[in-house]
Amino acid sequence: MRVLPSGSTALLVELDSLDEVLGLYAALTDDPPEGVVDVVPAARTVLLVTDPSVTDPGAVADAVRRTRPRGDVGGRGELVELPVVYDGEDLADVATHLGVDPDEVVRRHTGTEWTVAFCGFAPGFGYCVPDGQPWAIPRRETPRTRVPPGAVALAGEFSGVYPRESPGGWQLIGRTDVAVFDLAREPAALLRPGARVRFVGTT
Amino acid sequence: MTRSLTVLATGPLTTVQDTGRPGQGALGVGRSGACDRAAAALANRLLGNDPGAAVLEVTLGGLALRADAELLVVTTGARCAGSPAHNAPVRLPAGAELRLGLPPAGLRTYVGVRGGIAVEPVLGSRATDLLAGLGPPVLSVGDVLPVGEGTGAMPGVDLAPVADPADGEVTVRVLPGPRADWFAEDAVAALTGTAWTVTDESNRIGLRLAGEPLARIRTGELASEGMVRGALQVPPSGLPVLFLADAPVTGGYPVLAYVADPDVDRCGQLRPGQSLRFRTGG
Repeated sequence: MRVLPSGSTALLVELDSLDEVLGLYAALTDDPPEGVVDVVPAARTVLLVTDPSVTDPGAVADAVRRTRPRGDVGGRGELVELPVVYDGEDLADVATHLGVDPDEVVRRHTGTEWTVAFCGFAPGFGYCVPDGQPWAIPRRETPRTRVPPGAVALAGEFSGVYPRESPGGWQLIGRTDVAVFDLAREPAALLRPGARVRFVGTT
Repeated sequence: MTRSLTVLATGPLTTVQDTGRPGQGALGVGRSGACDRAAAALANRLLGNDPGAAVLEVTLGGLALRADAELLVVTTGARCAGSPAHNAPVRLPAGAELRLGLPPAGLRTYVGVRGGIAVEPVLGSRATDLLAGLGPPVLSVGDVLPVGEGTGAMPGVDLAPVADPADGEVTVRVLPGPRADWFAEDAVAALTGTAWTVTDESNRIGLRLAGEPLARIRTGELASEGMVRGALQVPPSGLPVLFLADAPVTGGYPVLAYVADPDVDRCGQLRPGQSLRFRTGG
């Protein structure tokens, strides 16, 4: 674990793997250091944001170094099932990249449980990682200016669902009718860090 | 009589702001809130409001409001021509108008009203986050903004002697960022050794700065990582972006340094064309 400075109110903890991020994030949210107002996990880092009237990044850094990452984070979050119509425009390209046919892409995508590692890009956009074989899918060379809400997509080691219409460079393999971010619902974000996701093929 | 304000003119951009949405970064929801937090907080203090009460953030003047009941209002931040209430609350009788002209210096003026702007909160805040598309819509002519009941005690002062935003070069302090090792050894010296110009591509998300590009020594891809207001992120162009209130929760370009948190408020008052300097030290 490396603790990197981030100005007068935050610090960035860099870790070697996503599993370490999940473990530290779980430990920090179970027992947040005093004066920490936000904990933001990402692919290899956890950002801690402090309230400068309560504490300072130095004290929080000491608390983080004393924190024992949890080792049992896999498979403990709530399970979210997302029905997906696998008719995405990039499904054939993804199949070609993997050297399989489109049905096999669907079989692999639906055949494993996914865990939301972190959110970003837009409110409620969860970066999901598979429990089984890791994926490695290149982004599109040219991002789309408009990706519809509910698009189910792949990029790098992640799968995700676009919460609302936005630009995007991920490979689109399908779509779901479930609103992954809905302000009328409590909580608004369905795919929160730690949640488990199962994609279910439908027509 | 309903306690409300009717919008007669908005100027270039007026939004509702408060102290934002802390604690939701893990859901991809940024903090947002007033760009000049100190000025917004002053407005609420002078009105006896809760620190979390919502105010209006007016960009480069031009806002006109009509009071639909007698209301106590104040303006803070950039001092607009024509404001009778700058840093000193005044009573607007029912039917009276508040019209803000251009500020001669500074960019953002805060209009506070006793009781606070009482539009519906979104995820716990009335702040409009223009990047995430969260919160109340940008103000439009004809909007009727509900106003809450003022319940707190009024402060013992009726005028705050605070300095107006600067119209010339501004210098702010910088502190280390997480990715200084992605840049040449003298990058911080290069950052602090020259004046930067605020470009007209700047907004509530951040200030895009023009100047001598900073040299990166690593070219690989950085996995997106969390950051907050004040981050000086350097994209491949070498020209830094200083993130403000509507900063994204995570970013994929290296952050060289951070502006000291209290100084970021002054950066939120900089206009396109204005000059900004950085100096090291907490």
